Amino acid sequence: MKTTPRTSGVQAGRLSAKALAENFQDLHAPFDDHEAMVAADRCYFCYDAPCIAACPTAIDIPLFIRQIQAGHPNGAAKTIFEQNILGGMCARVCPTETLCEEACVREAAEGKPVQIGRLQRFATDGLMSSGVHPFTRSEATGKRIAVVGAGPAGLACAHRLAMKGHEVVIFDGRSKPGGLNEFGIASYKSVDNFAQSEVEWLMKIGGISLRTGERLGGSLTLEALRAEYDAVFLAIGLAGVNALRAEGEDCENVLDAVDFIADLRQTGNLSSLPVGRNVVVIGGGMTAVDAAVQSKLLGADQVTIVYRRGQDGMSASRYEQDLATSKGVRLVFNAQPLAVHGNGTVREVEFEYTESAGGTLTGTGETFRLAADQVFKAIGQTLEGAPEGLALDGNKIAVTGPGRTSEAGVWAGGDCAAGGNDLTVTAVAEGRDAAMDIHAQLMG
Amino acid sequence: MADLSTNFVGIKSPNPFWLASAPPTDKEYNVRRAYEAGWGGVVWKTLGLDPHIVNVNGPRYGVVYGADRRVLGINNIELITDRPLDVNLREIKAVKRDYPDRAMVVSLMVPCEEWAWKEILPKVEETGADGIELNFGCPHGMSERGMGAAVGQVPEYIEMVTRWCKANTRMPVLVKLTPNITDVRYPARAAHAGGADAVSLINTISSITSVNLDTMSPEPSIDGKGSHGGYCGAAVKPIALNMVAEIARDRETAGLPISGIGGITTWRDAAEFLSLGAGSVQVCTAAMVYGFGIVKELKAGLSDWMDEKGYTSVDQVTGRAVPNVTDWQYLNLNYVTKARIDQDACIKCGRCYAACEDTSHQAISMSPDRVFEVIDEECVACNLCVDVCPVEDCITMEELQPGMTDLRTGKVVEAEYANWTTHPNNPSAKAAE
Ligand SMILES: Cc1cc2nc3c(=O)[nH]c(=O)nc-3n(C[C@H](O)[C@H](O)[C@H](O)COP(=O)(O)OP(=O)(O)OC[C@H]3O[C@@H](n4cnc5c(N)ncnc54)[C@H](O)[C@@H]3O)c2cc1C
Ligand SMILES: Cc1cc2nc3c(=O)[nH]c(=O)nc-3n(C[C@H](O)[C@H](O)[C@H](O)COP(=O)(O)O)c2cc1C
Ligand code: SF4
Repeated sequence: MKTTPRTSGVQAGRLSAKALAENFQDLHAPFDDHEAMVAADRCYFCYDAPCIAACPTAIDIPLFIRQIQAGHPNGAAKTIFEQNILGGMCARVCPTETLCEEACVREAAEGKPVQIGRLQRFATDGLMSSGVHPFTRSEATGKRIAVVGAGPAGLACAHRLAMKGHEVVIFDGRSKPGGLNEFGIASYKSVDNFAQSEVEWLMKIGGISLRTGERLGGSLTLEALRAEYDAVFLAIGLAGVNALRAEGEDCENVLDAVDFIADLRQTGNLSSLPVGRNVVVIGGGMTAVDAAVQSKLLGADQVTIVYRRGQDGMSASRYEQDLATSKGVRLVFNAQPLAVHGNGTVREVEFEYTESAGGTLTGTGETFRLAADQVFKAIGQTLEGAPEGLALDGNKIAVTGPGRTSEAGVWAGGDCAAGGNDLTVTAVAEGRDAAMDIHAQLMG
Repeated sequence: MADLSTNFVGIKSPNPFWLASAPPTDKEYNVRRAYEAGWGGVVWKTLGLDPHIVNVNGPRYGVVYGADRRVLGINNIELITDRPLDVNLREIKAVKRDYPDRAMVVSLMVPCEEWAWKEILPKVEETGADGIELNFGCPHGMSERGMGAAVGQVPEYIEMVTRWCKANTRMPVLVKLTPNITDVRYPARAAHAGGADAVSLINTISSITSVNLDTMSPEPSIDGKGSHGGYCGAAVKPIALNMVAEIARDRETAGLPISGIGGITTWRDAAEFLSLGAGSVQVCTAAMVYGFGIVKELKAGLSDWMDEKGYTSVDQVTGRAVPNVTDWQYLNLNYVTKARIDQDACIKCGRCYAACEDTSHQAISMSPDRVFEVIDEECVACNLCVDVCPVEDCITMEELQPGMTDLRTGKVVEAEYANWTTHPNNPSAKAAE
């Protein structure tokens, strides 16, 4: 019998290969030249523009848009890359609705901001696809720096250091660089193997060598790195996953959303990826939304996100929530998981409604159950494998200023460092700023 | 409902909208379609003597775009008709016969010798056309042959040729002026002196729209070379409006009928030309960009506006604004305004700030939370902030009433009108007694 969305259990191939290919194509098609001109023309070239302040990497947005208007998209791309070397990925994944585009004066005026993200993609795609790398390195300094983690923070730091004339070695525990750009970001935000081409393009600066399969805490120690290199930048992200702490959590088919997403990003064949008929996602962030939407796109029949607080508390933006509902995902608020039921394999999840008073969340006692043959846990990632001895701030590496840790010669940035908002663009900003600080200290 | 019909120097037309002499009026097929679409009249594409001229066989037009490829201006290197004279005349006759209620004016350009005009005028008359327009305007191609703008730039020639035409035809004579001169009043006066029934203006403006930076050829490029062409379309409207007004208020030509041309794109543009003295208007580029259908908007817009204002006929509009066009020295220096920013409408883009701070009078303050306010002590009321603000009516000019103090000058605003001619700083001021 043919497998369909309503076939029970966890099954691969619920949709035809054609439907899957359509579902996982670019969320927003790139602008063509004329669309870009029209969109660029809407920019008012504001004085001391609010969008710049709202961009964690402070790209000179009005300038790059004006360069597009003036028929100089490669100049626009350079303006972007000067501030944000991963401007290509950021153009795809930034929640612009809560960053630059939220600050756009046309958002205030008409509820229709200038489409900054898509214009950024237009400019960066053009230059990157021509294969040109727009920067060159300063004279060699003779300094060597170790970067641990090849995600956005590590890559941005390495690039800036290389530009300044330093030699950089990036270590990453995984087999491929890119961090969550490669293993986390939703497929439809980064199609056509963009994460890997971006890394290749970035590395064209020269002076960066990449050593994959080397883990801090495994083959590497901070001590050894410090001894061998002039400085160390830690950008190891959040490798751990929070537990549900609900009864029955160890039932089969109760999975970490990030693993599901990583499998999805790495598969060469979407038809081979199993997904449940009834999928329940627990959490309220981008990971939850991405797991839910992609389950739906793979052909799950019923997908529900259950979040323990109200809608406004969700860290996924309203835009992301709307994306989920538009794909047919149901959102349930104010409910927390009590227990996972099933005979070894999950069948149902039991939730209790919640109430929040004065910031604390309490169960109301009223419960309900959702049928589930697959459950994704997306209730947050945690720092794992941070070297002993570094001071922590909460669950992250404590930093002051541009990423200085408690140990001299060691910097940290991106998701693993305290502060910031766990976005790609913030990781880039922190990596870049740490690089500038490392450079200043080494060259003092 | 307002009556849009006009009688312009004896040429009757159901509405004041004529198609200017150009490709839209190049042949019978076009003109029939234009009449069917509702145009009040046409000025037929300029005729010349046989053998007819030839046009280039590559691109004739260059363009200037605004946002979204909106055409702001076009230039052309097209010449007068490139079809035999008798073909044109036959077609004119046929169309006029079928559309007797529409204006049919025939544009002419022949060598600057009387025999040539004597030869062509009877032939045109024979078609039943309502009038002729002398093309003294074309800035390219024909002027190098001693016609078009080459005549239009020499007032004596204009007067002479106009006089020949008046002597050799009973048809009304419109003289079409070139803007490629320093003071349009001189050619207008010459036309008037030669007995012209009306002037029409403007023809196109000598121009190069752009240069191809790869080939280093001006556009439109013919095999790697370009030539100056004639600029027209919305971009030229301000220049045309001024020229029309200059003629309308010149003592020597006051009252001379004017057919207004240049950048007319909407009913509002047309109404502005009428108000500055035009009795009919002609359209070329807007029709070339959008097609004949725009005449519906032109007619409906003008008619509704006239109804709203209580004007019942076009001649009530003609010239209404002329008395308000004056020379700078007569402007009231006691009229004092200040910019005002509506904080509720402000979207905080800061363009007014950049404009005033960088290029004007440092009269707008900006707070850390992006509140922009006018500093009355510095504001000279130049209007730049109003012009650059993207929100309509967010920044406006407020008039200071007599008795109020202008904080910039410290002077109390006076109720009396006072101008430069009596200003103490004017060395040649006549002391106001
Ligand atoms: C599912 C999901 C979707 C997301 N979607 C978006 C989005 O749409 N937009 C957005 O802005 N942000 C999104 N984010 C957040 C964003 O991906 C992260 O904020 C960003 O990737 C952080 O960059 P980083 O360089 O700090 O860490 P990471 O990208 O996590 O990179 C860390 C790197 O370090 C390596 N590493 C870890 N531990 C070690 C070790 N001990 N030794 C050696 N190497 C190690 C890892 O293999 C990895 O390559 C999403 C996150 C997730 C999980
Ligand atoms: C392609 C083209 C050809 C023209 N040919 C003539 C012509 O043969 N005779 C003439 O008097 N004016 C000619 N003109 C000028 C127009 O009649 C008109 O005066 C001018 O374009 C300004 O009006 P507009 O801004 O509405 O186009 C031509 C204009 C264009 C664009
Ligand atoms: S009117 Fe001119 S001087 Fe006054 S505030 Fe505006 S820009 Fe400045």
